[in-house]
Amino acid sequence: MTPRRATFAGAVAGEWIKIWTVRSTLWSMFSTVVVTVGLSSLLALAYTLSYDRLGFRARLAFDPVAYGLAGLNFGVITLGVLGVLVVSTEFSSGLIRTSLSAVPRRSRLLAAKAVVLAMIALVVGLISSFLAFFASQAIFSMRRLGAGIGDPEVLRAVTGGGLYLTLIALISLGAGAIVRHTAGAITSVLGVLFVAPIFGVFLPEDWGRTVQKFLPPAAGSAILTTRETPITLPPWQGFGVFAGYTAVVLVIAFALFRRRDV
Amino acid sequence: MISAAGLTKVYGGKTALDHADFAVRPGVVTGFLGPNGAGKSTAMRLILGLDRATAGSVTVNGRAYRDLPAPLREVGALLEAKAWHGGRSAYNHLRFLARTNGIPRKRVGEVLDVVGLHDVAAKRARGYSLGMGQRLGIAAALLGDPGILMFDEPVNGLDPEGILWIRRLMQSLAAEGRTVFVSSHLMSEMAVTAGHLIVIGRGRILADTSMEDFIPPDHVRVRSPDLPALGRAVAAENWQAVTGGDALLVYGVTPAAIGDLAFRAGLRVHELTPVHPSLEEAFMRLTADSVEFHGVDG
Repeated sequence: MTPRRATFAGAVAGEWIKIWTVRSTLWSMFSTVVVTVGLSSLLALAYTLSYDRLGFRARLAFDPVAYGLAGLNFGVITLGVLGVLVVSTEFSSGLIRTSLSAVPRRSRLLAAKAVVLAMIALVVGLISSFLAFFASQAIFSMRRLGAGIGDPEVLRAVTGGGLYLTLIALISLGAGAIVRHTAGAITSVLGVLFVAPIFGVFLPEDWGRTVQKFLPPAAGSAILTTRETPITLPPWQGFGVFAGYTAVVLVIAFALFRRRDV
Repeated sequence: MISAAGLTKVYGGKTALDHADFAVRPGVVTGFLGPNGAGKSTAMRLILGLDRATAGSVTVNGRAYRDLPAPLREVGALLEAKAWHGGRSAYNHLRFLARTNGIPRKRVGEVLDVVGLHDVAAKRARGYSLGMGQRLGIAAALLGDPGILMFDEPVNGLDPEGILWIRRLMQSLAAEGRTVFVSSHLMSEMAVTAGHLIVIGRGRILADTSMEDFIPPDHVRVRSPDLPALGRAVAAENWQAVTGGDALLVYGVTPAAIGDLAFRAGLRVHELTPVHPSLEEAFMRLTADSVEFHGVDG
């Protein structure tokens, strides 16, 4: 029996209905899987085919897991868009006024959105990550380069891929709540994730390397690595840094969402 | 019951609502009348907690809106602008709203029947006409069977049939003992819908009164085949009267007094009608100073 009052569980259930009753959700999920698995496989194929021409160093540094999950970095776009849309379309359509009439506690509404989005992003992220892993490793295996899911660090990296995409969705939701316009929010998310790294490229070498490691995309995707590299932080440390960024964005988003007129 | 005390909203230096005190009571349609930009929508947004008051407070059944245990069960609101997502069907829009407030799902079908959207309920809302969108907003307002209903400019964009429908709906809701608060800048609409009026201009409450008190009848129209004789009888009583076409307009007396006079004089009377000044006239007298922009004729 449903309670006769508005609860957090009710708000979550409402958001659950909402997210499944617009087409953009299914499209985002579908394209996330296609893009991540497709590009991971394509990159794996390109690497495998050019393996003979690679030097000793390049072969030594090869991380089949991180390489095989490279496509996840493009899933950032599709899940990022979903995260933004969950909030921004409320503002563009005017629905936010109805939503807040039903759930007037602002933090409750935004938290309900975050919970539902995180659940969906986690499932889609894990499916994408595992499929990308198995597809790419099957391709690498043609040259006996592939890693197995039971190898050390591998399960952590593949699961971490799903967690990384979940954080991407959440940081995008935060951006959507802060910016409140779809195009503006998507631009800021993609700007930070794809354009900011260019900044590191132009810094003097040792600075550049350090800064680069801490920039959002490198920090977040460190979780995908199974070998130490000079250009990324250790996996959980990098993930922690990215989780910190997500937390900061969400804190700002909640503070503004609570305060502003709609 | 909605109560506002000293309710004030300033948007970037411009005062949209200025220390408004008013109460909206059950059992009658309360009209919220004022020109565009007078602060009607602002007040309604403040009631729902969509905007934050700069000063003062407003309560619904004694509590701030955000503290209501199940807001949709106490207040239903139709806001002026469209407030649904075009990619979602009416059915799913109402289903999610019901779920947030623990309203049984069968209620969705009931309100869709009430507003007559059943046939298009599964279609995405962006294809709806203005009138259908308005009906969806009304369905959402009725969903929780609330005791308080607010409608912001509900007849905007509706065809005559829709206007008649919404007018009857509001009156029947009030007759059931609910609180009905409806804003409009259309005085003709208020005149036929509202029993009580809150008049607002430039963010200030100018009047909070029953319709009857706001526009008391100021003369009686008399038609009679014996009009000249009746005119002389009225003049003999020292009542003010003018002849208007085939009728006599008598000021400052009740229809009963004129009827008695005619009876004593043995004159026939075919019509005795108390005439109210138009709501427009009453309104213009009240707001002469407070209308933001006076129209320029010619």
